[in-house]
Amino acid sequence: MFAFGILVFAAVLLLALTLWRRRTPASFRTIDAYERLNRSVGLAVENGSRLHISLGHGSLFTQRGGSALAGLAMLRRLAERTSVSDRPPVVTSGDASLAILSQDTLQSGYRAAGAEEQYRFNTGRLTGLTPFSYAAGALPAMRDENVSANIIIGNLGIEGGLLADASERENVNLIATSDDLSTQSVFYASAQEPLIGEELFAAGAYVGAGASHDASLNVQDILRWLIILAILLGAGLKILGAPI
Amino acid sequence: MRVFTAAFAIAAGLIVLIGYFFPDQLGSLQVVLIDWAVIIAAMAVLIGIYNLIAVQMEKIRTRQKGGTYGALAVISLILTFGLGLVLGPESPYMRWTVEAIVVPVEASLMAILAVTLVYASIRLLRRRMDFTSVIFLIVVVIYLLAIVPTPIGAISPFQDFVRQAVEMFSSGGARGLLIGIALGILLTGLRVLFGIDRPYGGN
Repeated sequence: MFAFGILVFAAVLLLALTLWRRRTPASFRTIDAYERLNRSVGLAVENGSRLHISLGHGSLFTQRGGSALAGLAMLRRLAERTSVSDRPPVVTSGDASLAILSQDTLQSGYRAAGAEEQYRFNTGRLTGLTPFSYAAGALPAMRDENVSANIIIGNLGIEGGLLADASERENVNLIATSDDLSTQSVFYASAQEPLIGEELFAAGAYVGAGASHDASLNVQDILRWLIILAILLGAGLKILGAPI
Repeated sequence: MRVFTAAFAIAAGLIVLIGYFFPDQLGSLQVVLIDWAVIIAAMAVLIGIYNLIAVQMEKIRTRQKGGTYGALAVISLILTFGLGLVLGPESPYMRWTVEAIVVPVEASLMAILAVTLVYASIRLLRRRMDFTSVIFLIVVVIYLLAIVPTPIGAISPFQDFVRQAVEMFSSGGARGLLIGIALGILLTGLRVLFGIDRPYGGN
């Protein structure tokens, strides 16, 4: 029941803060990776190149689906912003349901931007069903399709290092993150601007996906402070010898 | 139609989620919905494979770079799929296909990855010369020294100390990051549940 209480509390906070954020836009600290991402989007539209967005292979039927959903939310916004470009972004994923959702998200983004005719079903691709086959299938998309920025966001294992290396070889911008801590360390070593920890879930807010994404970050901050207080309280009680 | 799909997705998500907290009331309905999801996921794999074939065929048809590899991928896929249907997944030939082709290829990629990561670490300071990058590299080197066998055997006190110290800091840091990631997943899930984010094309 405690977990259910936290869930309801988070839900109420999210709804309340979303309404508030619609009237009062939030301002967040600068994250260099998202600054670079926003620049890359503009550059891709201007110079007729395309973005490659890798959503990883997090199945939506597992706990890893959360990062995939965050990637899809960002994709939706990027699809809208690049709808004026001659070359639509290419999206690769390593999970079939995620690939279908990426196609749907691209189509929704173009529809919202009034450019549905831009949508091509082959821009949302399944490139492999195992981690390494996924990486091997995504490499040609990074190499051969006039990509000016690689955005890797989702659940990837250490095979993400291959994608990061390919991006460096092609000398294109790389914005990379994963919900897997080992992979985050791989990206820390290989990406120009890595994203650490929960920064992955801030993607929507930083690409202007709407008030709900801003509110999500506020709720995360509030919950994080509550957890910190709970940890300090627990430690204090333990030191005082309370039976916890 | 879009309203219907959104309403159905939100209702299904809420029932499955609340079913975890009230299994007596919603448990059976939750199981039915998860079973449906499993069937849909299986169908999604077939659609995904169709997508993979279509993309590779497009490459071949328009004579794009890498079209030959695309043809190889499609032929291998059709052969493996056909063999799997005829012989069944437990057949020794199917196992041989996996053990003699897929596993070695993935192991080779793993080997390339090891070299790639070493190279990335060496280039880290050229790419980003800042305090955290220096700390990152120092910790990596010290930890590697603590876990690799030395020509003179184990240097137990040093290795034990380093291992304990690094693991103490890294496990603390990792827990902090994981709490943040869990909160991010929670809020992302709630946005989808409320229909604010609709990755299924509802808005």
